[in-house]
Amino acid sequence: MDKAATIGAMAPGHAHEHEHEELGFWRTYVFSQDHKVIGIQYTITGLLFLLFGFTLMMIMRWQLAYPMRPIPFVGNWFGAANAPGGVMLPEFYNQLGAMHGTIMVFLGVVPLAVGGFGNFVMPLQIGAPDMAFPKLNMMSYWVYFIGGVAMLTGFVMPGGAAQSGWTSYPPLSDIATTGQTVWLIGMIFLITSSLLGSINFIVTIVQLRAKGLTFMRLPFFVWAQFVTSFLLLLAFPPLEAAGVLQLMDRLAGTSFFLPSGLVVSGRPLLVSGGGSPLLWQHLFWFLAHPEVYVLILPAMGIVAEVIANNTRKPLWGYRAMVYSVAFLGFMSFIVWAHHMFMTGMGTTMAAFFQTTTMIISIPSVVILTALLLSLWGASIRFTTPMLFALAFLPMFGIGGLTGLPLGLAPSDIHLHDTYYVIGHFHYVVAPGTIFALFAGVYYWFPKATGRKMNETLGAIHFWGSFICINFVFMPMFIQGLGGMNRRMYDGGAQYIHNAGLLKWNIVIGFGAWGLGLFQIPFIINFFSSIKGGKRVGDNPWDATTLEWSAPSPPGHGNFLTEPIVYRGPYEYSVPGADKDFTPQFEPDKEKPGQSGVGRGGQN
Amino acid sequence: MHSDQAEVKKSVRSYMTVFVMLMVFTVLTVAASRFHLAVPVAITLALVIAAMKGSMVASVFMHLSHEKRAIYGALLLTIVFFLVLLFIPVLSMMDHIGTPK
Amino acid sequence: MIIPYTVEARPDTGLHNGKLGIWLFLASEVMLFGALFSSYILLRVGAPEWPHHELSVKLGAINTIILISSSVTMVMAWASLKMNDFKKHRLYLLATFALSAFFLVNKYFEYSEHLSKGEGPWHSTFFAIYFTMTGLHGLHILGGMVVMAYFLGPGAGLWKKNPEQFTNRIEITGLYWHFVDLVWIFLFPVLYLL
Ligand code: HEM
Ligand SMILES: [Cu+2]
Repeated sequence: MDKAATIGAMAPGHAHEHEHEELGFWRTYVFSQDHKVIGIQYTITGLLFLLFGFTLMMIMRWQLAYPMRPIPFVGNWFGAANAPGGVMLPEFYNQLGAMHGTIMVFLGVVPLAVGGFGNFVMPLQIGAPDMAFPKLNMMSYWVYFIGGVAMLTGFVMPGGAAQSGWTSYPPLSDIATTGQTVWLIGMIFLITSSLLGSINFIVTIVQLRAKGLTFMRLPFFVWAQFVTSFLLLLAFPPLEAAGVLQLMDRLAGTSFFLPSGLVVSGRPLLVSGGGSPLLWQHLFWFLAHPEVYVLILPAMGIVAEVIANNTRKPLWGYRAMVYSVAFLGFMSFIVWAHHMFMTGMGTTMAAFFQTTTMIISIPSVVILTALLLSLWGASIRFTTPMLFALAFLPMFGIGGLTGLPLGLAPSDIHLHDTYYVIGHFHYVVAPGTIFALFAGVYYWFPKATGRKMNETLGAIHFWGSFICINFVFMPMFIQGLGGMNRRMYDGGAQYIHNAGLLKWNIVIGFGAWGLGLFQIPFIINFFSSIKGGKRVGDNPWDATTLEWSAPSPPGHGNFLTEPIVYRGPYEYSVPGADKDFTPQFEPDKEKPGQSGVGRGGQN
Repeated sequence: MHSDQAEVKKSVRSYMTVFVMLMVFTVLTVAASRFHLAVPVAITLALVIAAMKGSMVASVFMHLSHEKRAIYGALLLTIVFFLVLLFIPVLSMMDHIGTPK
Repeated sequence: MIIPYTVEARPDTGLHNGKLGIWLFLASEVMLFGALFSSYILLRVGAPEWPHHELSVKLGAINTIILISSSVTMVMAWASLKMNDFKKHRLYLLATFALSAFFLVNKYFEYSEHLSKGEGPWHSTFFAIYFTMTGLHGLHILGGMVVMAYFLGPGAGLWKKNPEQFTNRIEITGLYWHFVDLVWIFLFPVLYLL
């Protein structure tokens, strides 16, 4: 009669069967279902894609700094179809540009920030043995991998890779070469992967939190991942739909994005017409604005963890930060058309989107301010992760503040599609997000390997990158304010107003190549530390969150004993405590009976 | 979830009621379309009927009438964004400088 | 290692993992079809004229009835498990599978009829959106059929080993299936009647 009771009795028996199962090489390292292995797979694949995308940009920067001069070293690798005599053709420049953007955003940063860090750290921080759906987790990685490979095959297609920008605006993208088709197919794989991943993340956070870990005791990083997953879950499907529509346009002859009467190269296009290019823009930006928060929120999460740990103080305003991040996530769905002020939008809608855009900057400022105030009066430990986390604050500040003039239609009309926009979002994503991701790599490396990365090489990596990256992006504001357009393969040399601005391309070029050089210490550090780094214990940073109670590296199932949480996430330097950190997993000393389970979060 | 057999029997009865109602509404909506009503009236009527059918499927077959809070929360969020997605693009297309389309 | 709450519900949320997972998946599906409906509205509002009565209302209505019936058999397949009647469950699940196959056969005749008249997706905005939306919906039907086939075949063994988990899985399949039905409930008037 009582079915549930018998099941309950059966379950533990099941557990024992699985515990002693030995997995072979393939299922341990390649088709693994362990969130830590999958996280590391994502991390390494993401880092490789970042390096690849960055390399494309270093090549483009040669063309911009020294137009029409043969590209040194690698110029004759690309063949006569792309770079005859080593000189880049405009079509090839467009391919590199479109693929750079796509790779950095969809194949690099998001997989690293969500797939990598989210997968590895989040279950550990909430005290879960694994993700809620391990098989699905493995599938997410492999679907992402296939999508990435599909996209790269564009380079060997007739006519080359996609060349309509990472935004793939029609009608241009509808009539572009085959590379665009594989771009779309790749995107559909990536979106599917993100959807599977986000479902898994949300279920894991809601269902698998350890005993005593209430929502208001979650580390900020987990909150950031939680909100990010909702963005992925609800914003990505419209782009999937848009991708299907564009595929239909390209393969089945429909005209979703093709207006009537279109003339291409002097000939009328033989399609039914009646479509709307703006439809694509709406569907694209409905995803792509939330997507920029997918890029930034996990970064904020990492920075919050690193700052709390290295200031040895609780985060200032944890609750305000949590409410802000949730509000930010919500608002990010209703600002998208600030990317479309130049499409003939009327004043009513423009007023709506300007208002929402101004509102959304408030929670960003709250989070940034809270992180800044957390530094106040702290005796800061300048470890490598902390250097990157500290640099994040002003860099993200510059990026965010330069966004405001873009969010107001009157100024955006002048700035739209100039290098100013490029400067804006790169400040947020490159010295912002990517620096935060580096901070995360240095911070959690000991948990993944049991060894620390080298601090000297880390400092060289940081200072070199920090200086070079500002030489790359600061001049872009000058160029953009001067009116220089983005996406021109010679920098727009034919326009008089650019005459005084082109010289900055040389500065930017050297900044970019220098930045490339300063990644070498990181690559050396990363690989040599796996085997040769300094051995450390479970909690090398004296941190408070749950992942540091597991062994380094954690075994299958993560924790040796079931973790129980007694307090909020950042109890550093608690007055009267015997050391300057009181981990979440440490029971209260005075009243051992009163575990604090179920009590509200911290104040 | 924990409903015992009697309760399941009771819900089976409501499944049958909903089944009949869905059939009736299907006939109704087809019949209404035969009448050549003015387009706005026809659209409203058809959508109201579809919404009623949809909510019956959701609340009875999918048990949404008594679900857990977490699910209500997630769905509420989805519905809000769904409405935004449905109407804002067309609204901004209608509020347009210069020739529309 | 065992993942908690795969079968039994977590006390504070009252949910098992799969239940929450499927609802989140359906939420994303709402946004997917939402984008298509949004495209439909935008294109229709922007069009100088919109064709009426291009499709066979009869075939559409028959398919509506088929899908609604399949939703009922699906929910009965789950209710039978709740009442511990595995035989009846299999009958109902088989009926659902058969009904969905009917739906697709019907759709096949509809598609080929239009294609033979030259009314492919390239013909006009209306047919473009018709083929895209019903095509995507049809793929969802196909996906559901694969899952049902699995539970009629190799997946059925779970009932003996862990009846509660099996019941959960059928419930989840059902939720998906009702959603596919729900989408059709809107597609039918939007494409066939208006
Ligand atoms: C904090 C407040 C922010 C505001 C007010 C803001 C505003 C804007 C606006 C209005 C544009 C469109 C400019 C144009 O095309 O004319 C834009 C572009 C962009 N923003 Fe932001 N932004 C903010 C934060 C962010 C963040 C956090 C990120 C990413 C992590 C980001 C990434 C981007 C990207 C990638 C683009 C360019 C897209 C393209 O056209 O290729 N922004 N921003
Ligand atoms: Cu935006």
